[in-house]
Amino acid sequence: MIAETQIAQFDSLTLDNGVTLRDITVAYETYGALNEARTNAILIEHAFTGDAHAAGIDHEGKPGWWANMIGPGKAFDTDHYFVLCANVLGGCRGTTGPSTVNPATGKPYGLAFPGITISDMVRLQKLLIDHLGIPKLLAVAGGSMGGMQVLEWAVAFPDAVEACLPIATTARHSAQQIAFNETGRQAIMGDPDFQNGNYYGGALPARGLSVARMVGHITYMSDESMREKFGRRLRDRQDFSYGMDVDFEVESYLRYRGNQFVGRFDANSYLYITKAMDYFDLASGFPSLAVALERARSRFLVISFTSDWLYPSYQSQEIVNALRSRNHDVTYCELSSNYGHDAFLVDVGEQTEIVRGFLARCVREFRSLEAVR
Amino acid sequence: MNVSEVLGRRDYAIISQLIPEGARVLDLGCGDGALLAWLKENKRVEARGVELSRDLVQVAIARGVTVYQGDLEASLADYPDQAFDFVILSQTVQETRHPLVVLKEMLRIGRHAIVAFPNFGHWRVGLNHLLSGRAPKTGLFPFEWYDSPNIHFLTVIDFEELVAKQGWQVDHRLYLSGPSVVTALPNWRAEIAIYLFHGPA
Repeated sequence: MIAETQIAQFDSLTLDNGVTLRDITVAYETYGALNEARTNAILIEHAFTGDAHAAGIDHEGKPGWWANMIGPGKAFDTDHYFVLCANVLGGCRGTTGPSTVNPATGKPYGLAFPGITISDMVRLQKLLIDHLGIPKLLAVAGGSMGGMQVLEWAVAFPDAVEACLPIATTARHSAQQIAFNETGRQAIMGDPDFQNGNYYGGALPARGLSVARMVGHITYMSDESMREKFGRRLRDRQDFSYGMDVDFEVESYLRYRGNQFVGRFDANSYLYITKAMDYFDLASGFPSLAVALERARSRFLVISFTSDWLYPSYQSQEIVNALRSRNHDVTYCELSSNYGHDAFLVDVGEQTEIVRGFLARCVREFRSLEAVR
Repeated sequence: MNVSEVLGRRDYAIISQLIPEGARVLDLGCGDGALLAWLKENKRVEARGVELSRDLVQVAIARGVTVYQGDLEASLADYPDQAFDFVILSQTVQETRHPLVVLKEMLRIGRHAIVAFPNFGHWRVGLNHLLSGRAPKTGLFPFEWYDSPNIHFLTVIDFEELVAKQGWQVDHRLYLSGPSVVTALPNWRAEIAIYLFHGPA
């Protein structure tokens, strides 16, 4: 199936920092059909550099970033569920972000774009869900930054979500996670072509952005998956170059992924979205995470992966234990995988089985909005 | 349908009879969630489980049971007081590191505890030990001493003594030998003992 990206427009959104953003565009895709009772909608949340194209193939033949999880007969079975995914606020793939033209100036926002948070992203998605006439979502699901949005949904709109599936994620960014993001940001801002964010129409800060992406890729893999994929293999040569050319396969891979990224992602979006992740702390303003999660009304399926060192299992367990301490309906499993943080995207066999069983139960036990009230 | 026909475990059949419609149930060491799934389906209970084995947890989740993958002894502290009507520990107490802590926690987080355990006082166990001169190995305790998951061995008399000492109130006690219920001389004749009890008033 060819997935069409659709557009919704909203007049304004007041952000956590007090700024009101005007004329907001949201890019989204949908798969499957909304049932008459409007009880089968699942919102998929993309990770940091993802986009609305989560499933099916686009006009260029490119499959969606979670096409192995979403589709007919898949975990998020589009024969039964109406699945949708929207590009996040601050993104560069159709939704308003720093590369969007500022209606006030007629020029791209650049660093004049207001600072955003995970909570801002979720409030914008709620406008979209209301616009589509969905009173209550069957589920909100996503990995990594997608999982942070899932958690935010659980506390921001507790009655509007039957089930939450935060995967390979955290309730707050740790110092290590902030540190990796800051390294990426410094690489971008240190690029002479960055021009304080006003690079649109000129040379892109390609070197910086690609180095940021290289660092990111390292954190998404595991020691073991890198050993398996590259080992110490040399790239197209028998001996070392004794120079600074590519010697190792892993160098070539990282350079390739870094360069490729420059063509599809905006450096300013990188800065704004990583900041939003760093600001994320679900417990902020509450005495504890458990108290913050008290208001949640959803059933939870929390998944982590053994080799994920970027969002380690202990962070998922913090969420789970906080939920258990408030007697929430929470299911938790740490799946075994060698793929590191990437596991939720690529190692989907067991993930499919448990997501499918969990969702089937949530359909059976769906509490309509009227019943909740 | 009869629960022991479905699940093939007589202790599950007894436990399912002890639990009333709509109860809040926590099963510690719930395995693949078979008992909880049955209770949900037939008794409409609010079911939760704890299980250490990743493979079993995945089966339980796939069949729609709410289960937490983790160590049951470490998991107990997070549950709030009196969160459940029944907390079940089926043939696992002998594998726990701190059985008394576990039992006390069960009565903190639940109004009632259901504990089923293999009775080390059974005559076959004693006879096996007496005749072989070795750590007993029977159908009930099939393991070698060096690879047994059982680290605490108890008999019906031992458990009764603990219950009395702690002031717990027993609502039901049931003894099984194979499929049959044992009424006389349970310490000798019971293979499995099942207790439903609650804390001191």
